[in-house]
Amino acid sequence: LSALASPAARPTELLTLTPWLAPIVSEGTFNPELLQRIYEPLNLTIGLTVFAIGKYTRFVQHFLESAEQFFMRGYRVHYYIFTNEPAAIPQVRLGPRRLLSVIPIQRHSRWEEISMRRMETISRHIAERAHREVDYIFCLDVDMVFRNPWGPETLGDLVAAIHPGYYAVPRQQFPYERRHTSTAFVADDEGDFYYGGAVFGGRVARVYEFTTGCHVAILADKANGIMAAWQEESHLNRRFISYKPSRVLSPEYLWDDRKPQPPSLKLIRFSTLDKDTSWLRS
Amino acid sequence: MGADLNHTGEKLAGWEEQSGVIRVPLCFPGKLKCCSLRSVTFLLITFIGVLFGAGFLSPRKPMLGRQAGAWEAGGKLDGLPAGKLSRYVVFLELFLQTAEKHFMVGHRVTYYVFTDRPGDVPSVTLGEGRQMVVLKVRNYSRWQDVSMHRMEMISTFSRQRFLHEVDYLVCVDVDMRFRDHVGVEILAPLFGTLHPAFYGAAREDFPYERRPQSQAHIPSDQGDFYYMGAFFGGSVAEVLRLASACHQAMVADEANGIEAVWHDESHLNRYLLDRKPSKVLSPEYLWDPQLLGWPAVMKKLRFVAVPKNHEEIRSP
Repeated sequence: LSALASPAARPTELLTLTPWLAPIVSEGTFNPELLQRIYEPLNLTIGLTVFAIGKYTRFVQHFLESAEQFFMRGYRVHYYIFTNEPAAIPQVRLGPRRLLSVIPIQRHSRWEEISMRRMETISRHIAERAHREVDYIFCLDVDMVFRNPWGPETLGDLVAAIHPGYYAVPRQQFPYERRHTSTAFVADDEGDFYYGGAVFGGRVARVYEFTTGCHVAILADKANGIMAAWQEESHLNRRFISYKPSRVLSPEYLWDDRKPQPPSLKLIRFSTLDKDTSWLRS
Repeated sequence: MGADLNHTGEKLAGWEEQSGVIRVPLCFPGKLKCCSLRSVTFLLITFIGVLFGAGFLSPRKPMLGRQAGAWEAGGKLDGLPAGKLSRYVVFLELFLQTAEKHFMVGHRVTYYVFTDRPGDVPSVTLGEGRQMVVLKVRNYSRWQDVSMHRMEMISTFSRQRFLHEVDYLVCVDVDMRFRDHVGVEILAPLFGTLHPAFYGAAREDFPYERRPQSQAHIPSDQGDFYYMGAFFGGSVAEVLRLASACHQAMVADEANGIEAVWHDESHLNRYLLDRKPSKVLSPEYLWDPQLLGWPAVMKKLRFVAVPKNHEEIRSP
């Protein structure tokens, strides 16, 4: 299922609504001033989790500075930085009503293991703490920067983002886990979009259920001695088929700077930093 | 904004129950609970002697014509011969029979029928998981008063009953029938339906209440859509909030000696301007083929007005 609609008189050429009536958010589909008027009085607090393990701590500064500029400007925000090296987390000046907590966690030996443990960590963090502190929570990758506004248009009960590599590709080519033995298995005729593991979020209760569900599935795979093709992203995609997101973010909200920006994407808001991954994972 | 402005307009009070369909479980670490959609839908039908016909496409602009029958009935309630009242019974029967075929099939449905004459309510065979509850209410001599007091009745019964019994409330006029699928795609914390006569009009031409003295006043440069009073709904909490607000606004108007041009519909429009619906139903969900034909843009006509001659034919 491609995100590109057939040409029509629309602000973008992207699909704007999923078959289950979830909006697909992109520039031109919403009125920021109107949304601001609606959301501002609700006095919401938005949580944002990132994992900065080992060498990934070097991304925190740039991530936070860009978040301060573009992420939920004017709202109460609480950053949760999970790291095995709290001392390596830089001090970044935050605007008013914005908080930051550094949460120490254990480092695992393999990067895949680190990636897979995120779901469990987020789930426990919500249960132990975040449910009291925030209304909505987003779970993002840290090796990224915000480049344009990310605002209340992204708020929904359960939010997923379309992976920039697969938004224009038929579902048979999505890199779902295809082995039956994995709990993340997706059949050829299943699937709506391929969502990126680097961005998901929603109401804190829904994210709790989502991450717990993924974690349970990951544990089941582990017990069966299998690891899904794209680790937690595979499980995230499996889960989003069965528990569909109520809001979908276009690839504006999860872009890969190595790709040329197509005309259909008007405003890249959150994208990768070009980096040599092999160095990071050593 | 599409389907999902799912906020209910109130701050999530920590971990407590949200207003809205999905009941949030208390968060116990390690306890996984799946939130499933309880599709228990209650269809609120206003069935009071004089309301019919007056609800749907009552005279707006001269070009649409008047539904004379309704006005007559409204003006002369006490003088109506008993025979004519059976028309309303027939409306309800047709409504229910077609709802059984098309409305929320496969889900649990309760039809709440507001009526001043419970004895006249027909017994219609309902499918599995579907029931009818008849609620006796008082009548009013003017149909406009009946229409206006709908909001009061909805809010009263929501508070007393519906809040504890159901997840969603759908409030519709009865002089209608279903002719195609109306299902869970309509469900949302708060939804309104586009009035079929105005979905193509510019906002200056919407028949909003334009007098500043009324609580329902909307200036010409404001307004998103013109919603019809004959089909709205949402979670019980949101419908309660809407109905209470509209009722209070109408009480204020009454105290100021003014009545909004389209009565409860004017107030509904004011309310939905301030508190935007999370879903909007197209005029497929509220149509009158007799007055408006079947333009190509309407792929399905799901819920339509019952033609006047049809019900006249059927009355004794």
